[in-house]
Amino acid sequence: MDLLARIERREEWGRVASEKAQAAGDGFLWRTADKSQGGRGLPAREATTPRPVPGRDEHRDGVLYVRLTLRAGELAQQAEPGQFVMVKADDGLDPFLRRPLSFHRINQERGEVQILFQVKGRGTGLLARRLPGDALQLLGPLGRGFTLEQRMFPENGAGTQRQRVVLVGGGIGVAPLLALAEKAARGGDEVLLLLGARSRDDLLAVSDFRALGAQVHLATDDGSLGHHGLITDLLDQVLREDAADAIYACGPLPMLKKVAQLADQFGRPAQLSLEERMGCGLGACIGCVVGTKGPGGQPTYKKVCQDGPVFPAQEVILP
Amino acid sequence: MKRAKPLDSKPLTARQVTSRGLGAGAPRLEAAGPFGNGPISALPNANLTSENKQVAVRIGDLFLQNPVLTASGTFDPFTYAELVDLNRLGALVLKGLTLQPVLGNKPPRIAETPAGLLNSIGFQNPGLEGLLRDILPRLKDVTVPIIANISGDTEEEYEELASRLNHLPEVAALEVNISCPNVARGGMVFGTDPEVAFSVVSRVRRVYHKTLIVKLSPNVTDIAAIARRVEAAGADAVSLINTLLGMAIDVRTRRPRLGNVTGGLSGPAIRPVAVRMVWQVARAVRIPIIGMGGITSAEDALEFLLAGARAVGVGAANLVDPRATMEIIEGLERFLEEEGIKDINELVGAVRV
Ligand SMILES: Cc1cc2nc3c(=O)[nH]c(=O)nc-3n(C[C@H](O)[C@H](O)[C@H](O)COP(=O)(O)OP(=O)(O)OC[C@H]3O[C@@H](n4cnc5c(N)ncnc54)[C@H](O)[C@@H]3O)c2cc1C
Ligand SMILES: Cc1cc2nc3c(=O)[nH]c(=O)nc-3n(C[C@H](O)[C@H](O)[C@H](O)COP(=O)(O)O)c2cc1C
Ligand code: FES
Repeated sequence: MDLLARIERREEWGRVASEKAQAAGDGFLWRTADKSQGGRGLPAREATTPRPVPGRDEHRDGVLYVRLTLRAGELAQQAEPGQFVMVKADDGLDPFLRRPLSFHRINQERGEVQILFQVKGRGTGLLARRLPGDALQLLGPLGRGFTLEQRMFPENGAGTQRQRVVLVGGGIGVAPLLALAEKAARGGDEVLLLLGARSRDDLLAVSDFRALGAQVHLATDDGSLGHHGLITDLLDQVLREDAADAIYACGPLPMLKKVAQLADQFGRPAQLSLEERMGCGLGACIGCVVGTKGPGGQPTYKKVCQDGPVFPAQEVILP
Repeated sequence: MKRAKPLDSKPLTARQVTSRGLGAGAPRLEAAGPFGNGPISALPNANLTSENKQVAVRIGDLFLQNPVLTASGTFDPFTYAELVDLNRLGALVLKGLTLQPVLGNKPPRIAETPAGLLNSIGFQNPGLEGLLRDILPRLKDVTVPIIANISGDTEEEYEELASRLNHLPEVAALEVNISCPNVARGGMVFGTDPEVAFSVVSRVRRVYHKTLIVKLSPNVTDIAAIARRVEAAGADAVSLINTLLGMAIDVRTRRPRLGNVTGGLSGPAIRPVAVRMVWQVARAVRIPIIGMGGITSAEDALEFLLAGARAVGVGAANLVDPRATMEIIEGLERFLEEEGIKDINELVGAVRV
């Protein structure tokens, strides 16, 4: 649970600092939109795959997102989609706390896991500077992840039936959904990704979902790619078409609230991956609580780090 | 806070080290033995033996195999048992307990600050019944002293909790928290007025017959004055410091970073304040002191001992590094070895001013 993992690969997404750097192609990652693909009448286009960046570069300030591949055989064996690790961003006492980051991908065969994070503040800023070969201090796997419900249909002989699994991601909330999509696809489920973000530059890992055979529908706040509006507009449409058996969501709070409301309205099970400030990630400090409906509907607090981060939508009282 | 484990190593498993037979008045036990083989042996000096050093200390009637305690509210004995050998601790201090269950404050309850954190947990706990039903039965294999940390809104509550805990053989001692900054009523008010502190500690003392530790608040101008009154009221030891009342604001949203607006500051940021207070209290009272505040290493712990603490509590460090207590214990043993010191008690109050 307490381990060091070596960084094998590092990919970054960032705004191009200068034309020159872009022309030199010196490792700074940039994105363009490319091919478009329809589906269910919903618009969907794809951003490019990130390129691996081997070394340091001078444009790091523009880095928005980083994906690290970590060699950690034990973690890869134990990790479940939706679970997370607590990562020490740097040696030393400041920043003091570890940062919670979800498993983005879990590759048991290779003994690797991936994390994908947005550069937000000091901790993720320091993490973004870590290079292949560096070791990261991790605690994990932690928490309760997503559970893919198996619907049993013994009467048609097969035992189980393909589930139509709808993943709803907002911004960096896409991070844990890829691991879940991989698991669902392996289990033979039909995966639909609904991914929304501010702008097309913030739509991440889309091609990885497509590579799994997932259907992808995108939305952006600024209309630069996909549906111009909220991703939950698309979820509403999917639910109206009765095309979802179960919903799994990760993203900003307003999105999660809307997902919970729609799931309730259409009577579909939904699991939400929540965030809260964490002291320990281990259940010790009781710092990371979310309001839940306790026995008899009494409000109570549960720990996001231990009882979650994934909760059934009908159990939580979102603030 | 350094780890020296091989890549991809297995999780550390808890190991049951039997407690040392500490007869009353004979604190001459060795610290728990070598860590053994496997991934753990990669720790520096993991095969250290401790035959000729003495790290045991005495607090009231408690004999501690080493001076390192968990600070209340920062350590979960159940999840941490996977990473820490509970029976290597000096003592296990439980989370803050109240008579009735408490729901706690609204989130966010944690805000990171420079080299530390603010918390406003607000005593979320299952109450005495919860302790008896869900917690103590699961700590049966813990052989080191278990210390309950209690709080109340009124003197009566402190008294009732203390008298009910007095009969519990599982609880070796009481730490009376008169210093929590996170509850509207009670908590800190008991620890900021010397006479109020005297009164509540006296009442607890009348009903509690085992070792009574009183946890002091740093949110006062003269902590020595409080410590003297607490000693006069019959406390066997004092522990300090609890968290410093603090606040942080998100400048973009203009909102406090804690749901409760203010909270308690802990971690390395507060250590110099804590060391100073231990030093002041050590000169004011004769009862032993459990020093805490920002300890993350053996060196930090030694600073407290030199300032006058007989034992130390490790708090926030547990959140970041669950094995912090173990590393500190090993570090203390190593320090004695390196410095040729036979008995850790020689260091208590040995600062050369
Ligand atoms: C279970 C869980 C899984 C997560 N998975 C991912 C992921 O896969 N990818 C990703 O990019 N982000 C993820 N996050 C959010 C991520 O933890 C924060 O963005 C990160 O901690 C910010 O740290 P910072 O130092 O850069 O920011 P700062 O704002 O400087 O951090 C200050 C403090 O606030 C905390 N904090 C800030 N934002 C958040 C947040 N949104 N949630 C929880 N704590 C926060 C930090 O941990 C730190 O203690 C996850 C959060 C949780 C709770
Ligand atoms: C999350 C958290 C919870 C705490 N809960 C309690 C508590 O229940 N009772 C108590 O007396 N002190 C409590 N404390 C205070 C610590 O025990 C300790 O006195 C303080 O944090 C200073 O030590 P540190 O800097 O090593 O954390 C808590 C501290 C933290 C960080
Ligand atoms: S983060 Fe400490 S209990 Fe969840």
